[in-house]
Amino acid sequence: MKIVYTDVLVIGGGLAGLRAAIAAKRRGHDVHILSLVPPKRSHSVAAQGGMQASIANSIKAAGDNEDLHFHDTVRGSDWGADQNVVRMFVNTSPKAVRQLAAWGVPWNRVRKGEREVFIGGKSAMLTESEAAHGLITVRDFGGTQKWRTCFVSDGTGHSMLYTVSDQVIANSIPVTERVEAMSLIHDGQRCYGAIVRNLVTGELSAWVARATCMATGGFGRIYRVSTNAVINQGMGAAIALETGVATLANMEAIQFHPTAIFPAGILVTEGCRGDGGLLLDAQRHRFMPDYEAEKKELASRDVVSRRMEQHIASGAGVNTRYGDHLWLDITMLGEAHIDKNLREVREICQYFLGIDPVSDLIPVRPAQHYSMGGIRTRPSGESTNLKGLFACGEASCWDMHGFNRLGGNSVAETVVAGMIVGEYIADFCQGTDSDIDISTAQIADFMKREQQAIDSLLASQGTESAPDIMREMQTLMTDQVGIFRSHEQLQEAVEQLQLLRERSKDIGLSYKSPAVNPELVTAYRVPRMLKLALCVAYGALQRTESRGAHYREDYPKRNDRDWLRRTLATWPSSEQSLPNLAYEELDVMSMELPPGWRGYGEKDFIEHPHAASRLAEIERIKQNMPDADRHEIQSALMTYEELLPARYRGRNQRLRDVSE
Amino acid sequence: MNTKAERRQLQIHVLRYNPQDPDSPPRMQTYEIEEADNMTLFMVLTDIGEHQDASLQFDFVCRAGICGSCSMLINGRPGLACRTLTKNLGEKITLAPLPTFELIADLSVNTGKWMRAMSERLETWCHNGDVVDLNKLEPRMEPELAEQIYELERCIECGCCIAACGTAQMKEKFTGAVGLNKIARFRLDPRDHRSDADYYEFIGDDDGIFGCMSLLGCNDLCPKDLPLQTQIAFLRRKMLLTGLKGNSSG
Repeated sequence: MKIVYTDVLVIGGGLAGLRAAIAAKRRGHDVHILSLVPPKRSHSVAAQGGMQASIANSIKAAGDNEDLHFHDTVRGSDWGADQNVVRMFVNTSPKAVRQLAAWGVPWNRVRKGEREVFIGGKSAMLTESEAAHGLITVRDFGGTQKWRTCFVSDGTGHSMLYTVSDQVIANSIPVTERVEAMSLIHDGQRCYGAIVRNLVTGELSAWVARATCMATGGFGRIYRVSTNAVINQGMGAAIALETGVATLANMEAIQFHPTAIFPAGILVTEGCRGDGGLLLDAQRHRFMPDYEAEKKELASRDVVSRRMEQHIASGAGVNTRYGDHLWLDITMLGEAHIDKNLREVREICQYFLGIDPVSDLIPVRPAQHYSMGGIRTRPSGESTNLKGLFACGEASCWDMHGFNRLGGNSVAETVVAGMIVGEYIADFCQGTDSDIDISTAQIADFMKREQQAIDSLLASQGTESAPDIMREMQTLMTDQVGIFRSHEQLQEAVEQLQLLRERSKDIGLSYKSPAVNPELVTAYRVPRMLKLALCVAYGALQRTESRGAHYREDYPKRNDRDWLRRTLATWPSSEQSLPNLAYEELDVMSMELPPGWRGYGEKDFIEHPHAASRLAEIERIKQNMPDADRHEIQSALMTYEELLPARYRGRNQRLRDVSE
Repeated sequence: MNTKAERRQLQIHVLRYNPQDPDSPPRMQTYEIEEADNMTLFMVLTDIGEHQDASLQFDFVCRAGICGSCSMLINGRPGLACRTLTKNLGEKITLAPLPTFELIADLSVNTGKWMRAMSERLETWCHNGDVVDLNKLEPRMEPELAEQIYELERCIECGCCIAACGTAQMKEKFTGAVGLNKIARFRLDPRDHRSDADYYEFIGDDDGIFGCMSLLGCNDLCPKDLPLQTQIAFLRRKMLLTGLKGNSSG
């Protein structure tokens, strides 16, 4: 039996995992990263448009700060987010951008003087100051009061991933590629690492660690139409769920991105609209102002996606044999701008659609894009229920996104959470709590269980096809658990998913090699994906309100009175056909920003009984400190600073602080 | 759009060999598949894997031409399979794994291992001591320079330049265009404090810039259209000068 011991085992080689690994390694711990694919191929590479940080150098970002970023993020989340975590995030994000700059990310910079921009499709002139010249610039994204998205053309995720991945190499952190974590080693209270399968040789090994960090990304591939990479099957969240102890939170909160190219589902960045692009219908009519007078194309993603589907349902879409779509128009931006700032978009259009967005309209329709839910953690990144298990990035529900995340906040979360959670992992490893006191006999039991599961799959005479079940699940999720949801559809989806799960017990393989074998991989992943899909569909069925990306046609209002709470899913026994759901209340009386209208989307909601009194209390606190600055007011409303590692508590300097 | 009757029957010839499987000798195998609208090789291979032959190995991740996983020889030329449309190819399509890289099985090769070794050898990161105060305003950079650096940073490490390289076929340790382009990228970046004399230590020999025979398959076949020809020529001049200087002073 092969056992590898390390201090920190990071599962997942995307931005979040890599950044957490660097943090722990720099604190002197032995760190090892496991990845399905070479780290530079991770899905982080697909983040195009940029990363939100309130660095406020550009004229269109003047006055931006952590407070505005905090308010936008909480509103974007439709008040589902943990406001402490949002505060931790907005204070650290500018530091992350600056650290990445020092490491080599070629952020686009402010150029002094006049430049032409497009706002709402119309040309306008901006004048950038001499003082800002050469500092990091920003572009506009949805749901924000200021321009806040730092970017590297439309290859932001690519540049970030390459830079951080090369830092991993510079820090001599080993990465084992083409391996998959099959289960977590645990005793019901404490996680000790993972049983890992080599995807080339098929060999199993045990990786035993003081701390295990799950950074495996999202689970978009439970849907048929998704912008996600094909590896985003959520196995990290699934094996955490299979411990029966760790909880997954808000799994029903699924984001649909407004502009996936139709019908392939490949993403084109929100930067298209941020830079001035418009959404048009079959009549070439710009319809978003009809629905959203204020933010138009740049409302939050849940709202824009919903309005697009609503507009298609009204018969205004372009009909094709594959279904209906709308148009994204960026022609007004001109070839020079597109070549400089939207070149991946141009390449994608040329290669996959055979069109040139310099002169042609892009066919788009919303597609599954992001999972706000994931492994529920404390602000430290540690699982609330399983000691020694940490999670960060899309795999986690840390919870800074609530029920809808803003564009540019996820790639920001990867590095920021990596920085913060990595420090907490290092702290944990320094204490005696992280001592490894599991016997090799217990480890062998976990190993044996996985080996038996694989052996019995290979020996199975079953008649069900794993790819068929996968496809049926994906179709079901896209058709029944999509943007518009209702009791009947969700009930039907839950029943069908349960049937698929029964059928998955009878999977047989046509290719029986124990080594490199994609059919075998699909066969053991499908039942796990079905569990995740059931958490999503069942959670959505139970949540009888609309919040953020979760929209119930039969319960169209946000209901703070009954549903200002986080869904927690566990799956204690594999005999169960459904997850156990429990709920965690969000405490209005400790919120810095109590629930209200978001500033876009539906205006009607059912108030929380404490919202008005908390609001009055906040007003009182503010009136009692007339001479206080914004930092003092913030601390009086909600204390979060002690949750941040000391090194990230500093105040962020901005251009105006220097010039004053 | 084609009606069903007009659709082409594609013949996909695949060079197959799985070193993990004793029953899998090197051989050509042919699959037939009906063409669909806007069909890519990603769709073709996924369909074959799911419906015809579960043992066929290949790698896709992003399926959008940005992650560099799916490079293979398509009718003998290195390219990204995911964004190759079948309508641009004939009815007979030949697929083979990228040469030079370690074969995993069939169309899957270990580019990750090769690239990590290259990064370790060339130290492909900014060497600057990393002493910035993260609370302070960031150091400035000219906007044009940031854009120029990104221009070279667009490399996706797909390995097409290595597969297309005459020298790489003959010299196992040859840095290739991917590595030379990285040196060009860091050389441009003031945040990397290495000098030409330092870079010379990494690439100033036959495994580096002087191993290039200027066949320039790399430049012709780079899926990201990186300016490899000009970068290699420029770097060669700079390294030659550095080498001469080093000799005259030493």
